[in-house]
Amino acid sequence: MNTTITANKKEIIIAEANKLRWELGENLHDILMENIYENATEIAKKTVKYPDTKIAFSFDRQLDKILTSKYFGFPIMFLMLGIVFWLTIQGANYPSSLLANLLVDTIHPLLKNFAGSINLPWWLTGVLIDGAYLAMAWVVSVMLPPMAIFFPLYTLLEDFGYLPRVAFNMDPLYKKVGAHGRQALTMAMGFGCNAAGVIATRVIDSPRERLIAIITNNFSLCNGRWPTQILIATVFIGSAVPAYLAGIVSAAAVVFIAVLGITFSLLVSWFLSRTLLKGEASAFSLELPPYRPPRILQTLYTSLIDRTIFVLWRAIVFAIPAGMVIWLVANITIDGVSVANHFIQWVNPVAFIFGLNGVILLAYIIAIPANEIVIPTILMLTVANLGIQGVGAGSGVMFELESANDVAAILQAGGWTLLTGINLMLFSLLHNPCSTTIYTIYKETKSVKWTLVSTFLPILMGLTVTFFVTQIWRLLGN
Amino acid sequence: MNSKLDNCANCPAHNLSNLKKLGIDMSSFDYVVALAGNPNTGKSTVFNYLTGLKQHTGNWPGKTVTRAEGGFEYNGKKFKLVDLPGTYSLLSTSVDEEVARDFILFGQPDVTLIVIDATRVERNLNLVLQILEITDRVVICLNLMDEARRNGIEVDARTLSKELGVPVVPTSARQGEGMNELLKYIYDVATGAYICKPYRIKSKSKELNEAIERLSKEIQEEFPDLPNTRWVALRLLEGDQTIIDAIRSGELGNLQRQEVLQIEES
Repeated sequence: MNTTITANKKEIIIAEANKLRWELGENLHDILMENIYENATEIAKKTVKYPDTKIAFSFDRQLDKILTSKYFGFPIMFLMLGIVFWLTIQGANYPSSLLANLLVDTIHPLLKNFAGSINLPWWLTGVLIDGAYLAMAWVVSVMLPPMAIFFPLYTLLEDFGYLPRVAFNMDPLYKKVGAHGRQALTMAMGFGCNAAGVIATRVIDSPRERLIAIITNNFSLCNGRWPTQILIATVFIGSAVPAYLAGIVSAAAVVFIAVLGITFSLLVSWFLSRTLLKGEASAFSLELPPYRPPRILQTLYTSLIDRTIFVLWRAIVFAIPAGMVIWLVANITIDGVSVANHFIQWVNPVAFIFGLNGVILLAYIIAIPANEIVIPTILMLTVANLGIQGVGAGSGVMFELESANDVAAILQAGGWTLLTGINLMLFSLLHNPCSTTIYTIYKETKSVKWTLVSTFLPILMGLTVTFFVTQIWRLLGN
Repeated sequence: MNSKLDNCANCPAHNLSNLKKLGIDMSSFDYVVALAGNPNTGKSTVFNYLTGLKQHTGNWPGKTVTRAEGGFEYNGKKFKLVDLPGTYSLLSTSVDEEVARDFILFGQPDVTLIVIDATRVERNLNLVLQILEITDRVVICLNLMDEARRNGIEVDARTLSKELGVPVVPTSARQGEGMNELLKYIYDVATGAYICKPYRIKSKSKELNEAIERLSKEIQEEFPDLPNTRWVALRLLEGDQTIIDAIRSGELGNLQRQEVLQIEES
């Protein structure tokens, strides 16, 4: 009895509100906002005193004029990216080989000997030491050095306040293709991690524009893919030019792929906002924060903890089971041929059309959980497939990599050409997001349909692009 | 308790040593503090300072889109600090603004700490005024004072505090400046030692004022313990569906009752 009365009372309140809303008219929201602004202005007048001459602002203003200028904005952006990659490429090679020496050449045989001395069954030694341990060692030695250089540099740029300027430069482009200007910000986040970029799209209030931003976030090369790009660029692009140009040219190649990714995100946004997700771009204001002197030590610390260790840990967690899977598919045989070989032989003819090979496709399947382990997987599968002797310790063993030259030697033995390298870089840009990102997309959109679109659209594009590149390359007689 | 000890504990000079950064240990806490503010005002820096956590901070609007939580202990009381997404307003419909608004409204924090940018007071006040409509227990952290000084901007924190009816503490969280006093005021507002008299938005429209008054009176009768009937009335007038649902389901009233019970128990 009592509850019905209170329920009625509630309905009365709601009905009354509806009635009053009609009486007040449509522009209530605007009136309210105006009131708030007026009140704020009044209070600010009483409490804030601005200097007569705004000298102090002029440094920021001058810098913004250059960094976001019509003519210099983009060239400076490319130059900054280029310098960051160049430093990463130059700096990572030596520590990589040091780590490989320690983890692979020294510790791995010790572990093998130890396993032998306690009479561990050969298959257990294989799965644990030749599979799981080596995969982990490999990921650490290849991933850690570039990350430890790339992340602090990136974080310094972020701390300084440069990233919002990048977004400012990109904003008109995104508006032109019918997407939200803030997509430029989420795209920049995606350069760190696509899953983070997808979550960051929450700042976009229109559901249509938010979906576009989610689907296209994958075109921002993420941390897991930077090392792949850097390594393949060094091995194939860098070696195609004179040695003194190698560093600069490989850095330029990586910048080119990153810019290509931005171009694709614009194209796909344009396509979506004219077909499946029709609508106009909504307006928004982007605030350019003041430049702040980066706190070097703190930046080093947080980028090490938040980014380097975090990404490395994730890579290790995924590399361990993947290493086991790699060892198993390379050592379980059907009719005397390993499962891996069966698959590779089976898809090779198809892969040839796209200028790729069966090894790459198999590696991308094994590496769905984490893009970080693509290169180790490819190298290991190539060795197993060719039965290269004297490298590593047998089938399914990830072997040591002392320098980029060894990678080149193995991949060339596997029939790789400059074309394969270019196509791998393209396919690394254009393929499905990692499983974490796919799951995040589902959580954010709550839609199986859009999750599937976000997953398969990039693969389709990747295969299309590599197909045309390959056909044109072959037509030109290379 | 000895009154001498009390005096000592109330002295701000003494108190920073009473700050214990609890990180993510929030097993039991006495008060909940919501952390709100415009993007890029240093909210995350304040959060990290108080909790001792190392949440990534970036010079970069819109860093925090989800809720981050941490804890600290001050004067023997445990506080849970909830970092809300940075927003310019609470009146639109994007996910980040809803997260912030729902927490301040339904989460019923004991204190809402609003971080504002001393170099952009006027624009930051838009959000402050909206929050003051929802809750009266507010402390304002007038942050980035170092940048304001560098730019020759003077902010009269005292007058601002008088105008808004809540404590305003000038700080530079990056350098730890003013955090001492900030903690004291958070503590005072949480314990009820400082009673806020929050500024209410004044409207020139007579009809609007009357409508708000009439409606908030009715809401007051139905939900007698609700502190923010004016704001609920405003949202109803705007046709906000979440608020309509909260009234219909009685969620507004229930939350209120739960809080009263908790206070009675403790």
